[in-house]
Amino acid sequence: MSKISFSVNGEARVLELDTRTTLLDALREHLHLTGSKKGCDHGQCGACTVMVDGRRINSCLTLAVMHEGDEITTIEGLGSPENLHPMQAAFVRHDGYQCGYCTPGQICSSVAVLEEIKAGIPSHVTADLGAAPQVTADEIRERMSGNICRCGAYSNIVEAITEVAERQA
Amino acid sequence: MKFDTPATTNPIDQLKVVGQPLDRIDGRLKTTGQAPYAYEHHDAVRDAAYGYVVGAAIAKGRITSMDTAAARQAPGVLAIVTHENAGPLGKGSMNTAKLLGGPEVDHYHQAIAVVVAETFEQARDAAAQIRVDYAEAEGAFDLAAARDTAKKVNQSASSVGDFEGAFASAPVQLDATYTTPDQSHAMMEPHASIAAWDGDQVVVWTSNQMIDWGAGDLAKTLNMPKEKVRLISPFIGGGFGGKLFLRSDALMAALGARAARRPVKVALQRPLMMNNTTHRPATIQRIRIGTGRDGRITAIGHESWSGDQPDGQPEIAADQTKLLYAGANRLTQLRLAVLDLPEGNAMRAPGEAPGLMALEIAMDEMAEKLGMDPVEFRVINDTQVDPNDPSRPFSQRQLVECLRIGAERFGWSRRNAQPGQAREGRWLTGMGVAAAFRNNLVMKSGARVRLDSRGEVTVETDMTDIGTGSYTIIAQTAAEMMGVGIDKVTVRLGDSSFPVSAGSGGQWGANSSTAGVYAACVKLREAVARKLGFNSAEAVFTDGQVRSGNRIVPLAEAAGRDGIVVEDSIEFGDLSKRYQQSTFGSHFVEVAVDAATGEVRIRRMLAVCAAGRILNPKTARSQVIGAMTMGVGAALMEELAVDKRRGFFVNHDLASYEVPVHADIPHQEVVFLDETDPVSSPMKAKGVGELGLCGVGAAIANAIYNATGVRVRDYPITLDKYLDRLPELA
Repeated sequence: MSKISFSVNGEARVLELDTRTTLLDALREHLHLTGSKKGCDHGQCGACTVMVDGRRINSCLTLAVMHEGDEITTIEGLGSPENLHPMQAAFVRHDGYQCGYCTPGQICSSVAVLEEIKAGIPSHVTADLGAAPQVTADEIRERMSGNICRCGAYSNIVEAITEVAERQA
Repeated sequence: MKFDTPATTNPIDQLKVVGQPLDRIDGRLKTTGQAPYAYEHHDAVRDAAYGYVVGAAIAKGRITSMDTAAARQAPGVLAIVTHENAGPLGKGSMNTAKLLGGPEVDHYHQAIAVVVAETFEQARDAAAQIRVDYAEAEGAFDLAAARDTAKKVNQSASSVGDFEGAFASAPVQLDATYTTPDQSHAMMEPHASIAAWDGDQVVVWTSNQMIDWGAGDLAKTLNMPKEKVRLISPFIGGGFGGKLFLRSDALMAALGARAARRPVKVALQRPLMMNNTTHRPATIQRIRIGTGRDGRITAIGHESWSGDQPDGQPEIAADQTKLLYAGANRLTQLRLAVLDLPEGNAMRAPGEAPGLMALEIAMDEMAEKLGMDPVEFRVINDTQVDPNDPSRPFSQRQLVECLRIGAERFGWSRRNAQPGQAREGRWLTGMGVAAAFRNNLVMKSGARVRLDSRGEVTVETDMTDIGTGSYTIIAQTAAEMMGVGIDKVTVRLGDSSFPVSAGSGGQWGANSSTAGVYAACVKLREAVARKLGFNSAEAVFTDGQVRSGNRIVPLAEAAGRDGIVVEDSIEFGDLSKRYQQSTFGSHFVEVAVDAATGEVRIRRMLAVCAAGRILNPKTARSQVIGAMTMGVGAALMEELAVDKRRGFFVNHDLASYEVPVHADIPHQEVVFLDETDPVSSPMKAKGVGELGLCGVGAAIANAIYNATGVRVRDYPITLDKYLDRLPELA
């Protein structure tokens, strides 16, 4: 067992955890923040995507004790049913989901993807590594490909993200 | 309510709420992480222990010993349940293989133990300390090798005219064999359950498409009365047929909780799912088509081989061929071999999905032999009656319209009929088409409807929403019927204490479950009218009021302090026998194939669907694009690789069982034809969720052929099957 302190959605949390506990299970089973989903527990599906210090990670692939002092943002921290984050609202408007299980991960990834493009981080499909990457459908598809949606809402998800990006621009 | 004559005008036809592209009413919960899935009911169950399932390490044989001593001593362990201490168990009527194996093992990763501990980490660790010895038996794992042992399945066989004679004498013939692989549902949410006992009763929060089947089979397996089992499944993280039945997560949670005397939660670990649960069985399909020189089919035959566990079922891949095209001489035949692979069972559009993957390539091949356009070849072979029984008309059949409108919208006329000729830089480009067909099934479905003193309506039914949009279309139905806004309707689903519904399967859910809500609302309208002394035939429900003549009464007032509650169900008569009810569509696909590497990119996809009234165009469209996406997987990547020596699916996780990701899928177009089908139900709707998958794989295969001139008849269409056959690089 080990004591760990971090911030989740702006709130300081202290947990006494089995050191084998993943960040995902710390959130879901210990803090009861079940918005982050366990689809595979192996970093293969992206349903557990959260942001740690502003960068998206698969929370199933990292142990909670590795995050002492970190600032963690989960889907619950982006918005609430009464006060949706613009990306959450765009997913609802474009029906960018079906069963909803991959959705929190898709949304956390989407928010982070737009930040990554803004920060000039290139991707596999960025043609000119010297130029600032643009928000294009291909860039979004490439960068979102770690988030599987078996219901197949991809076409709608890209439209939701594009709409949010255009509003931000 | 009995539905045995075609629907006439009813309040649904107002289409004030039904038929509108409304956002999902559960959307805010899903997008904010507030929708509780099976493993997440912390509010209802506060002290759950954790169960971890151990799967058999052999495909067939016997457990000779299980050493659980070390595991029992491991930290935090509360209980271990195996066949040795589970007590006598029955088997669910929908299950082929037992859900708890031992001492006999029926398939690889069949559950043989559940370890219950205080924490997930402890349970996982202890599970790894169980030592099992096996006596392995020989098994049959290779469908091609077992093909000649397969037995005819006679109840689904059909024969009209003289197929063999007509085929032999046909001036133009095709005789080709196609294969489709084993496929996995691979839904995002693993099978998961929390079980809590109270005396001799058990409540299970689970993830299940068919609540009543699940409750019945859990009771049957535990040898207890069904009334003492309650299943709760408000949100389901995808099913696609993989959650139609009771599975080991629910049984192991119930057994673990009984042994540990604590609520227990179990989620199947992802690497266990592909072999522990069900899958779509592989097929070998032989198709023979004979036509005259004019392209009219004179003989059509479709035979399919598949395998399953002893007492299992065939993949009914030949059945659509009874109905899709005209032709005087016909033959369909299924054959089933015994295989010792995991249990085969329904996956989205069972039968039609793999069947059309083969048939619609065959139609493309035949069109080419005839020198006909593949759209025209299908059009001239349309039929408006059941070809096996011409006295049965289709209730609606707009296949030709789907093909014509699709061709127009897609720019089909720009396709070069000569394969391998269209080139854009490094890309070979091509277009493909396929017909979509899926039968429309109807199922009895019940609902309870409450009108309360605020004038609000609550619907309760054990119907499930597996991403299909059930919450929303049920709310739309109740709102339309009772004349209130959708914000005045609350929908509660997925609880076995609610009236039994159609459930979610076979694309029957939307039409049947809303028809059940319609029936209950008709009864509620009558109760309101009666209470007010109105003639119920004349009462008009609109704007939160009920009107009759000069009298106008708010619904809230009509409900009174105690409200009004009614319950009813829709029961379907013999209309589905008198009419053939099916759904139709067309799929058009454009691909680009890298001339050097053979990489396939899908550029455009269009589906045109004729499927009765579309209850919500937004959620229905999502069903279709999702199905098109699954069709891309079937065409290009999805295959459970069989270890034919040890008898298991090797690629049993989401990294090695590849499904489409964002980068694989272009913008997708869907067109719904304006159609109502009064024969299907009072809603005049049908299903679309499976139709959207049917034919997609073949449209892609045909597009690849058009691009490259290489015909691949074995799915998935991966590089190893065509790279050496690509045209010479210029």
